[in-house]
Amino acid sequence: MLGMPDDIWVPIKLTIELATISTLSLLVVATPLAWWLARSKAWFKEAAATVISLPMVLPPTVLGFYLLIALGPDGPGGAIASLWGARTLAFTFSGLVIGSIISSMPFVVQPIRNAFAAVGDRPLEVASTLRASPTRAFWTVALPLASPGLLTGAVLGFAHTVGEFGVILMIGGNIPGRTRVMSTAIFDFVETMRWREANLLAGGMVAFAFAVILAMILLEKRFTRAGA
Amino acid sequence: MKLTALATAFVAFLTSLAAPADADVTHVAVAANFTEPAKEIAALFKQKTGHEAVLIFGASGAFYTQITHSAPFEVFLSADSERPKMAVDNGFAVPDSRFTYAIGKLVLWSRVVDVTNGEAALKAGNFQKLSIANPVAAPYGTAAVETMKALGVYDALQPKIVQGNSIAQAFQFVDTRNAELGFVALSQLHAVTEGTRWEVPANLFSPIRQDAVLLRTGANSEASKAFLAFLKGPEAQAIIEQFGYALP
Repeated sequence: MLGMPDDIWVPIKLTIELATISTLSLLVVATPLAWWLARSKAWFKEAAATVISLPMVLPPTVLGFYLLIALGPDGPGGAIASLWGARTLAFTFSGLVIGSIISSMPFVVQPIRNAFAAVGDRPLEVASTLRASPTRAFWTVALPLASPGLLTGAVLGFAHTVGEFGVILMIGGNIPGRTRVMSTAIFDFVETMRWREANLLAGGMVAFAFAVILAMILLEKRFTRAGA
Repeated sequence: MKLTALATAFVAFLTSLAAPADADVTHVAVAANFTEPAKEIAALFKQKTGHEAVLIFGASGAFYTQITHSAPFEVFLSADSERPKMAVDNGFAVPDSRFTYAIGKLVLWSRVVDVTNGEAALKAGNFQKLSIANPVAAPYGTAAVETMKALGVYDALQPKIVQGNSIAQAFQFVDTRNAELGFVALSQLHAVTEGTRWEVPANLFSPIRQDAVLLRTGANSEASKAFLAFLKGPEAQAIIEQFGYALP
Protein backbone atom coordinates (compact mmCIF):
# COMPACT_ATOMS: atom_id res chain seq x y z
CA MET A 1 0.00 0.00 0.00
CA LEU A 2 1.06 3.59 -0.62
CA GLY A 3 3.74 4.89 1.68
CA MET A 4 3.22 2.16 4.27
CA PRO A 5 6.39 0.47 5.45
CA ASP A 6 6.51 -3.30 5.28
CA ASP A 7 6.43 -3.80 9.01
CA ILE A 8 2.99 -2.18 9.07
CA TRP A 9 1.60 -3.61 5.86
CA VAL A 10 2.76 -7.21 6.24
CA PRO A 11 0.99 -7.77 9.60
CA ILE A 12 -2.21 -6.25 8.19
CA LYS A 13 -2.15 -8.58 5.22
CA LEU A 14 -1.35 -11.57 7.39
CA THR A 15 -4.16 -10.71 9.82
CA ILE A 16 -6.69 -10.54 7.00
CA GLU A 17 -5.46 -13.87 5.62
CA LEU A 18 -5.61 -15.51 9.02
CA ALA A 19 -9.09 -14.18 9.77
CA THR A 20 -10.42 -15.18 6.34
CA ILE A 21 -9.07 -18.73 6.45
CA SER A 22 -10.14 -19.18 10.07
CA THR A 23 -13.65 -17.88 9.38
CA LEU A 24 -14.16 -20.16 6.38
CA SER A 25 -12.91 -23.18 8.35
CA LEU A 26 -15.08 -22.14 11.26
CA LEU A 27 -18.21 -22.02 9.11
CA VAL A 28 -17.46 -25.51 7.80
CA VAL A 29 -16.95 -26.92 11.30
CA ALA A 30 -19.43 -24.81 13.24
CA THR A 31 -22.47 -25.19 10.98
CA PRO A 32 -22.93 -28.98 11.39
CA LEU A 33 -22.01 -28.64 15.05
CA ALA A 34 -24.62 -25.92 15.57
CA TRP A 35 -27.17 -28.00 13.67
CA TRP A 36 -26.54 -30.94 15.92
CA LEU A 37 -26.71 -28.77 19.04
CA ALA A 38 -30.01 -27.24 17.88
CA ARG A 39 -31.71 -30.51 16.88
CA SER A 40 -30.16 -33.36 18.83
CA LYS A 41 -31.79 -34.85 21.89
CA ALA A 42 -28.60 -36.48 23.16
CA TRP A 43 -28.20 -36.21 26.92
CA PHE A 44 -24.60 -34.96 26.66
CA LYS A 45 -25.53 -32.21 24.21
CA GLU A 46 -25.29 -29.37 26.72
CA ALA A 47 -21.99 -30.69 28.04
CA ALA A 48 -20.63 -30.51 24.48
CA ALA A 49 -22.00 -26.98 24.10
CA THR A 50 -20.24 -26.05 27.33
CA VAL A 51 -16.91 -27.38 26.09
CA ILE A 52 -17.28 -25.35 22.90
CA SER A 53 -18.07 -22.22 24.92
CA LEU A 54 -15.11 -22.58 27.28
CA PRO A 55 -12.75 -20.31 25.28
CA MET A 56 -15.20 -17.47 25.86
CA VAL A 57 -14.47 -17.50 29.59
CA LEU A 58 -10.94 -18.87 29.78
CA PRO A 59 -8.11 -16.36 29.62
CA PRO A 60 -6.11 -16.61 26.37
CA THR A 61 -3.11 -17.64 28.45
CA VAL A 62 -4.83 -20.90 29.34
CA LEU A 63 -5.51 -21.67 25.69
CA GLY A 64 -2.03 -20.48 24.70
CA PHE A 65 -0.38 -22.68 27.29
CA TYR A 66 -2.27 -25.84 26.32
CA LEU A 67 -1.88 -25.11 22.63
CA LEU A 68 1.87 -24.65 22.98
CA ILE A 69 2.06 -28.14 24.46
CA ALA A 70 -0.54 -29.69 22.14
CA LEU A 71 1.07 -28.28 19.00
CA GLY A 72 4.58 -29.23 20.14
CA PRO A 73 6.65 -32.38 19.69
CA ASP A 74 4.95 -34.11 22.64
CA GLY A 75 1.42 -33.40 21.44
CA PRO A 76 -0.84 -34.25 18.50
CA GLY A 77 0.40 -31.17 16.63
CA GLY A 78 3.92 -32.57 16.59
CA ALA A 79 2.61 -35.87 15.19
CA ILE A 80 0.82 -34.05 12.38
CA ALA A 81 3.85 -31.87 11.68
CA SER A 82 6.05 -34.94 11.41
CA LEU A 83 4.06 -35.95 8.29
CA TRP A 84 6.00 -33.31 6.40
CA GLY A 85 9.17 -33.56 8.44
CA ALA A 86 8.57 -30.70 10.84
CA ARG A 87 8.66 -31.08 14.62
CA THR A 88 5.95 -28.72 15.77
CA LEU A 89 2.94 -26.74 14.59
CA ALA A 90 3.84 -23.87 16.90
CA PHE A 91 5.35 -20.87 15.10
CA THR A 92 3.45 -21.74 11.90
CA PHE A 93 0.53 -20.14 10.13
CA SER A 94 -1.38 -23.43 10.42
CA GLY A 95 -0.78 -23.34 14.16
CA LEU A 96 -2.32 -19.89 14.33
CA VAL A 97 -5.32 -21.05 12.29
CA ILE A 98 -5.86 -23.94 14.72
CA GLY A 99 -5.58 -21.60 17.70
CA SER A 100 -7.97 -19.09 16.14
CA ILE A 101 -10.53 -21.76 15.27
CA ILE A 102 -10.60 -23.01 18.84
CA SER A 103 -10.74 -19.61 20.46
CA SER A 104 -13.34 -18.15 18.06
CA MET A 105 -15.54 -21.27 17.92
CA PRO A 106 -18.12 -20.18 20.52
CA PHE A 107 -18.67 -16.85 18.77
CA VAL A 108 -19.61 -18.67 15.57
CA VAL A 109 -21.48 -21.69 16.94
CA GLN A 110 -23.77 -19.73 19.24
CA PRO A 111 -25.53 -17.46 16.69
CA ILE A 112 -25.86 -20.30 14.16
CA ARG A 113 -27.31 -22.63 16.78
CA ASN A 114 -29.83 -19.96 17.78
CA ALA A 115 -30.78 -19.42 14.14
CA PHE A 116 -31.34 -23.16 13.57
CA ALA A 117 -33.38 -23.36 16.76
CA ALA A 118 -35.50 -20.43 15.58
CA VAL A 119 -36.25 -22.20 12.30
CA GLY A 120 -38.03 -24.87 14.34
CA ASP A 121 -39.52 -28.20 13.23
CA ARG A 122 -42.34 -26.92 11.11
CA PRO A 123 -40.62 -25.80 7.89
CA LEU A 124 -38.68 -29.07 7.88
CA GLU A 125 -41.84 -31.11 8.37
CA VAL A 126 -43.47 -29.25 5.51
CA ALA A 127 -40.43 -29.92 3.36
CA SER A 128 -40.58 -33.62 4.15
CA THR A 129 -44.31 -33.84 3.26
CA LEU A 130 -43.26 -32.36 -0.09
CA ARG A 131 -40.86 -35.32 -0.35
CA ALA A 132 -37.67 -33.41 0.23
CA SER A 133 -34.95 -35.66 1.66
CA PRO A 134 -33.53 -34.49 5.03
CA THR A 135 -30.29 -33.44 3.29
CA ARG A 136 -32.17 -31.47 0.71
CA ALA A 137 -34.37 -29.90 3.39
CA PHE A 138 -31.23 -28.84 5.24
CA TRP A 139 -29.68 -27.19 2.19
CA THR A 140 -32.78 -25.62 0.68
CA VAL A 141 -34.88 -24.83 3.74
CA ALA A 142 -32.97 -24.74 7.04
CA LEU A 143 -29.78 -23.15 5.79
CA PRO A 144 -31.39 -20.24 3.90
CA LEU A 145 -33.72 -19.57 6.82
CA ALA A 146 -30.76 -19.54 9.21
CA SER A 147 -28.58 -17.38 6.98
CA PRO A 148 -28.77 -14.26 9.21
CA GLY A 149 -27.30 -16.41 12.01
CA LEU A 150 -24.59 -17.70 9.69
CA LEU A 151 -23.73 -14.16 8.69
CA THR A 152 -23.59 -13.01 12.31
CA GLY A 153 -21.42 -15.99 13.17
CA ALA A 154 -19.05 -15.29 10.28
CA VAL A 155 -18.70 -11.61 11.16
CA LEU A 156 -18.12 -12.36 14.84
CA GLY A 157 -15.64 -15.13 14.02
CA PHE A 158 -13.71 -12.88 11.67
CA ALA A 159 -13.67 -9.99 14.14
CA HIS A 160 -12.67 -12.17 17.06
CA THR A 161 -9.79 -13.68 15.08
CA VAL A 162 -8.57 -10.22 14.11
CA GLY A 163 -8.72 -9.29 17.79
CA GLU A 164 -6.91 -12.40 18.99
CA PHE A 165 -3.77 -11.54 20.92
CA GLY A 166 -2.84 -13.71 23.88
CA VAL A 167 -2.96 -17.06 22.13
CA ILE A 168 -0.93 -15.77 19.18
CA LEU A 169 1.65 -14.18 21.45
CA MET A 170 2.13 -17.50 23.20
CA ILE A 171 2.33 -19.82 20.18
CA GLY A 172 3.39 -17.53 17.33
CA GLY A 173 7.08 -16.84 17.81
CA ASN A 174 6.65 -13.38 16.24
CA ILE A 175 7.94 -14.30 12.78
CA PRO A 176 7.45 -11.45 10.28
CA GLY A 177 5.20 -12.49 7.39
CA ARG A 178 4.21 -15.75 9.04
CA THR A 179 3.01 -15.31 12.59
CA ARG A 180 3.38 -11.60 13.33
CA VAL A 181 -0.19 -10.30 13.12
CA MET A 182 -1.59 -6.84 13.83
CA SER A 183 -2.30 -7.32 17.52
CA THR A 184 1.18 -8.66 18.28
CA ALA A 185 2.81 -6.05 16.03
CA ILE A 186 1.09 -3.31 18.05
CA PHE A 187 2.40 -4.87 21.25
CA ASP A 188 5.91 -4.89 19.77
CA PHE A 189 5.70 -1.29 18.65
CA VAL A 190 4.60 -0.20 22.11
CA GLU A 191 7.36 -2.25 23.76
CA THR A 192 9.99 -0.68 21.54
CA MET A 193 8.50 2.80 21.86
CA ARG A 194 7.62 3.16 18.19
CA TRP A 195 4.38 4.86 19.14
CA ARG A 196 3.69 6.37 15.73
CA GLU A 197 3.44 2.93 14.15
CA ALA A 198 1.54 1.57 17.15
CA ASN A 199 -0.91 4.42 16.77
CA LEU A 200 -1.41 3.77 13.09
CA LEU A 201 -2.25 0.09 13.61
CA ALA A 202 -4.22 0.61 16.81
CA GLY A 203 -6.28 3.39 15.24
CA GLY A 204 -7.01 1.11 12.30
CA MET A 205 -8.20 -1.59 14.70
CA VAL A 206 -10.56 0.82 16.44
CA ALA A 207 -12.02 1.92 13.11
CA PHE A 208 -12.38 -1.73 12.05
CA ALA A 209 -14.11 -2.75 15.28
CA PHE A 210 -16.47 0.21 14.97
CA ALA A 211 -17.34 -0.72 11.39
CA VAL A 212 -17.95 -4.37 12.32
CA ILE A 213 -20.25 -3.66 15.22
CA LEU A 214 -22.17 -0.98 13.35
CA ALA A 215 -22.60 -3.30 10.37
CA MET A 216 -23.88 -6.02 12.69
CA ILE A 217 -26.45 -3.73 14.25
CA LEU A 218 -27.66 -2.45 10.88
CA LEU A 219 -27.83 -5.95 9.41
CA GLU A 220 -29.79 -7.23 12.36
CA LYS A 221 -32.24 -4.37 12.01
CA ARG A 222 -32.76 -5.12 8.34
CA PHE A 223 -33.32 -8.81 8.92
CA THR A 224 -35.79 -8.23 11.74
CA ARG A 225 -37.69 -5.76 9.61
CA ALA A 226 -37.66 -8.09 6.64
CA GLY A 227 -38.84 -10.95 8.85
CA ALA A 228 -41.59 -8.92 10.52
CA MET B 1 -29.52 4.96 47.20
CA LYS B 2 -27.92 1.55 47.30
CA LEU B 3 -25.98 2.41 44.18
CA THR B 4 -24.60 5.59 45.76
CA ALA B 5 -23.47 3.65 48.80
CA LEU B 6 -21.81 1.10 46.55
CA ALA B 7 -20.10 3.81 44.52
CA THR B 8 -18.85 5.50 47.69
CA ALA B 9 -17.47 2.22 48.98
CA PHE B 10 -15.79 1.61 45.64
CA VAL B 11 -14.18 5.06 45.63
CA ALA B 12 -13.01 4.50 49.20
CA PHE B 13 -11.52 1.18 48.11
CA LEU B 14 -9.71 2.81 45.19
CA THR B 15 -8.37 5.55 47.44
CA SER B 16 -7.05 2.98 49.87
CA LEU B 17 -5.18 1.33 46.98
CA ALA B 18 -3.68 4.62 45.91
CA ALA B 19 -2.68 5.65 49.44
CA PRO B 20 1.01 6.46 49.80
CA ALA B 21 3.12 3.47 50.74
CA ASP B 22 4.38 3.12 54.28
CA ALA B 23 7.80 4.61 54.92
CA ASP B 24 9.39 1.19 55.21
CA VAL B 25 8.00 -0.37 52.07
CA THR B 26 9.52 -0.02 48.62
CA HIS B 27 8.04 -1.14 45.32
CA VAL B 28 10.64 -2.57 43.01
CA ALA B 29 10.04 -3.21 39.31
CA VAL B 30 12.26 -6.19 38.50
CA ALA B 31 13.26 -7.43 35.04
CA ALA B 32 11.90 -10.94 34.49
CA ASN B 33 15.33 -12.59 34.16
CA PHE B 34 16.26 -11.41 37.68
CA THR B 35 13.17 -12.89 39.36
CA GLU B 36 14.79 -15.62 41.47
CA PRO B 37 17.81 -13.67 42.80
CA ALA B 38 15.56 -10.67 43.49
CA LYS B 39 13.31 -12.82 45.69
CA GLU B 40 16.27 -14.07 47.71
CA ILE B 41 17.74 -10.60 48.01
CA ALA B 42 14.40 -9.13 49.13
CA ALA B 43 14.03 -11.83 51.78
CA LEU B 44 17.52 -11.20 53.12
CA PHE B 45 16.94 -7.43 52.92
CA LYS B 46 13.86 -7.74 55.09
CA GLN B 47 15.68 -9.91 57.59
CA LYS B 48 18.63 -7.50 57.86
CA THR B 49 16.91 -4.11 57.72
CA GLY B 50 13.25 -4.70 58.57
CA HIS B 51 12.25 -2.87 55.40
CA GLU B 52 9.99 -4.62 52.97
CA ALA B 53 10.65 -4.72 49.22
CA VAL B 54 7.53 -5.51 47.23
CA LEU B 55 8.69 -7.01 43.94
CA ILE B 56 6.85 -6.60 40.65
CA PHE B 57 8.16 -8.75 37.79
CA GLY B 58 7.90 -8.00 34.10
CA ALA B 59 9.58 -6.95 30.89
CA SER B 60 11.89 -3.93 31.13
CA GLY B 61 10.36 -2.28 28.07
CA ALA B 62 6.87 -2.49 29.48
CA PHE B 63 8.11 -1.22 32.85
CA TYR B 64 9.70 1.80 31.24
CA THR B 65 6.45 2.70 29.48
CA GLN B 66 4.60 2.30 32.77
CA ILE B 67 7.15 4.45 34.61
CA THR B 68 6.70 7.28 32.11
CA HIS B 69 3.00 7.04 32.97
CA SER B 70 3.49 7.40 36.73
CA ALA B 71 3.53 3.76 37.75
CA PRO B 72 3.75 3.36 41.54
CA PHE B 73 7.31 1.95 41.62
CA GLU B 74 10.18 3.50 43.55
CA VAL B 75 13.04 1.35 42.25
CA PHE B 76 13.67 -0.06 38.78
CA LEU B 77 15.95 -3.05 38.16
CA SER B 78 16.17 -3.19 34.40
CA ALA B 79 17.52 -5.92 32.13
CA ASP B 80 19.55 -3.31 30.28
CA SER B 81 21.36 -0.04 30.87
CA GLU B 82 19.50 1.89 28.17
CA ARG B 83 16.14 2.25 29.89
CA PRO B 84 17.46 3.34 33.30
CA LYS B 85 19.57 5.91 31.45
CA MET B 86 16.50 7.15 29.58
CA ALA B 87 14.60 7.31 32.87
CA VAL B 88 17.29 9.64 34.24
CA ASP B 89 17.56 11.70 31.05
CA ASN B 90 13.82 12.23 30.86
CA GLY B 91 13.47 13.18 34.51
CA PHE B 92 11.76 10.03 35.81
CA ALA B 93 14.70 8.92 37.94
CA VAL B 94 17.13 10.46 40.41
CA PRO B 95 20.33 11.58 38.63
CA ASP B 96 23.48 9.71 39.74
CA SER B 97 21.45 6.88 41.28
CA ARG B 98 22.06 4.59 38.31
CA PHE B 99 24.52 1.70 38.67
CA THR B 100 25.16 -1.75 37.20
CA TYR B 101 23.97 -4.45 39.60
CA ALA B 102 24.64 -7.49 37.42
CA ILE B 103 26.09 -8.50 34.08
CA GLY B 104 24.10 -11.13 32.24
CA LYS B 105 25.61 -14.28 30.77
CA LEU B 106 24.24 -15.72 27.57
CA VAL B 107 23.82 -19.47 27.07
CA LEU B 108 22.86 -21.63 24.13
CA TRP B 109 20.62 -24.34 25.55
CA SER B 110 18.90 -27.38 24.07
CA ARG B 111 16.87 -30.34 25.22
CA VAL B 112 17.00 -32.02 21.82
CA VAL B 113 20.37 -31.59 20.12
CA ASP B 114 23.86 -31.59 21.59
CA VAL B 115 25.09 -28.01 21.93
CA THR B 116 28.09 -28.69 24.14
CA ASN B 117 30.09 -27.26 21.29
CA GLY B 118 27.67 -24.46 20.53
CA GLU B 119 29.69 -22.85 17.79
CA ALA B 120 29.85 -26.08 15.78
CA ALA B 121 26.14 -26.78 16.41
CA LEU B 122 25.17 -23.33 15.13
CA LYS B 123 27.38 -23.67 12.08
CA ALA B 124 26.06 -27.14 11.27
CA GLY B 125 22.49 -25.86 11.55
CA ASN B 126 20.90 -29.29 12.06
CA PHE B 127 17.70 -27.95 13.56
CA GLN B 128 14.46 -26.34 12.48
CA LYS B 129 13.79 -23.67 15.08
CA LEU B 130 16.10 -21.51 17.15
CA SER B 131 14.49 -19.48 19.90
CA ILE B 132 15.70 -16.04 20.97
CA ALA B 133 14.18 -13.13 22.88
CA ASN B 134 12.84 -10.24 20.82
CA PRO B 135 16.12 -8.50 19.84
CA VAL B 136 14.55 -5.05 19.67
CA ALA B 137 12.94 -5.17 23.08
CA ALA B 138 15.12 -7.54 25.11
CA PRO B 139 18.89 -7.20 25.64
CA TYR B 140 19.40 -10.97 25.69
CA GLY B 141 17.82 -11.07 22.24
CA THR B 142 20.19 -8.37 21.00
CA ALA B 143 23.11 -10.32 22.43
CA ALA B 144 21.92 -13.49 20.68
CA VAL B 145 21.83 -11.72 17.33
CA GLU B 146 25.27 -10.21 17.94
CA THR B 147 26.64 -13.65 18.75
CA MET B 148 25.27 -15.19 15.55
CA LYS B 149 26.65 -12.29 13.53
CA ALA B 150 30.06 -12.62 15.18
CA LEU B 151 30.09 -16.32 14.26
CA GLY B 152 28.99 -15.50 10.71
CA VAL B 153 25.89 -17.70 10.91
CA TYR B 154 23.16 -15.08 11.28
CA ASP B 155 22.09 -14.91 7.62
CA ALA B 156 21.92 -18.67 7.33
CA LEU B 157 19.97 -19.08 10.57
CA GLN B 158 17.58 -16.19 10.20
CA PRO B 159 14.73 -18.24 8.65
CA LYS B 160 14.91 -20.60 11.64
CA ILE B 161 14.65 -17.94 14.32
CA VAL B 162 11.53 -17.69 16.45
CA GLN B 163 11.17 -14.86 18.91
CA GLY B 164 9.83 -14.95 22.41
CA ASN B 165 8.37 -11.73 23.66
CA SER B 166 10.79 -11.86 26.59
CA ILE B 167 13.74 -14.02 27.60
CA ALA B 168 11.26 -15.98 29.73
CA GLN B 169 9.29 -16.94 26.63
CA ALA B 170 12.46 -17.75 24.68
CA PHE B 171 13.28 -20.18 27.51
CA GLN B 172 9.78 -21.65 27.47
CA PHE B 173 9.95 -22.41 23.73
CA VAL B 174 13.10 -24.47 24.32
CA ASP B 175 11.74 -26.03 27.50
CA THR B 176 8.59 -27.28 25.72
CA ARG B 177 10.92 -28.47 22.91
CA ASN B 178 8.91 -26.53 20.33
CA ALA B 179 12.28 -25.04 19.41
CA GLU B 180 15.21 -27.46 19.46
CA LEU B 181 17.57 -24.87 20.89
CA GLY B 182 17.68 -21.28 21.98
CA PHE B 183 19.66 -18.47 23.52
CA VAL B 184 18.66 -17.97 27.13
CA ALA B 185 20.08 -16.33 30.23
CA LEU B 186 22.40 -18.43 32.37
CA SER B 187 20.36 -17.32 35.39
CA GLN B 188 17.33 -19.14 33.96
CA LEU B 189 19.24 -22.42 34.00
CA HIS B 190 20.09 -22.06 37.69
CA ALA B 191 17.88 -24.95 38.75
CA VAL B 192 17.92 -26.81 35.42
CA THR B 193 19.94 -29.96 34.90
CA GLU B 194 18.34 -31.19 31.67
CA GLY B 195 19.76 -30.80 28.21
CA THR B 196 23.09 -29.53 27.02
CA ARG B 197 24.40 -25.99 27.18
CA TRP B 198 27.13 -23.78 25.83
CA GLU B 199 28.06 -20.61 27.61
CA VAL B 200 28.63 -18.00 24.92
CA PRO B 201 32.13 -16.44 25.22
CA ALA B 202 31.80 -12.85 26.42
CA ASN B 203 33.80 -11.49 23.45
CA LEU B 204 31.03 -12.43 21.00
CA PHE B 205 28.47 -9.90 22.23
CA SER B 206 28.44 -6.56 24.01
CA PRO B 207 28.07 -6.94 27.77
CA ILE B 208 24.51 -7.21 29.03
CA ARG B 209 24.73 -4.57 31.76
CA GLN B 210 21.69 -4.67 33.97
CA ASP B 211 21.27 -1.30 35.64
CA ALA B 212 19.29 -0.24 38.67
CA VAL B 213 17.97 3.23 39.27
CA LEU B 214 16.09 5.13 41.98
CA LEU B 215 12.93 6.60 40.53
CA ARG B 216 11.69 10.13 41.31
CA THR B 217 8.79 8.64 43.25
CA GLY B 218 11.29 7.07 45.63
CA ALA B 219 13.62 10.06 46.03
CA ASN B 220 12.55 10.50 49.65
CA SER B 221 11.90 6.88 50.51
CA GLU B 222 14.31 5.43 53.07
CA ALA B 223 13.43 1.85 52.22
CA SER B 224 14.09 2.42 48.53
CA LYS B 225 17.52 3.95 49.14
CA ALA B 226 18.32 1.19 51.61
CA PHE B 227 17.35 -1.46 49.05
CA LEU B 228 19.68 -0.01 46.43
CA ALA B 229 22.51 0.21 48.96
CA PHE B 230 21.84 -3.40 49.97
CA LEU B 231 21.88 -4.46 46.31
CA LYS B 232 25.44 -3.10 46.04
CA GLY B 233 26.58 -4.85 49.21
CA PRO B 234 28.49 -8.14 49.54
CA GLU B 235 25.51 -10.23 50.68
CA ALA B 236 23.43 -9.34 47.63
CA GLN B 237 26.44 -9.71 45.35
CA ALA B 238 27.03 -13.24 46.57
CA ILE B 239 23.44 -14.14 45.61
CA ILE B 240 23.76 -12.43 42.23
CA GLU B 241 26.91 -14.39 41.39
CA GLN B 242 25.43 -17.63 42.62
CA PHE B 243 22.57 -17.22 40.13
CA GLY B 244 24.92 -17.03 37.17
CA TYR B 245 25.59 -13.32 36.70
CA ALA B 246 28.92 -11.58 36.57
CA LEU B 247 29.53 -8.62 38.84
CA PRO B 248 30.53 -5.23 37.45
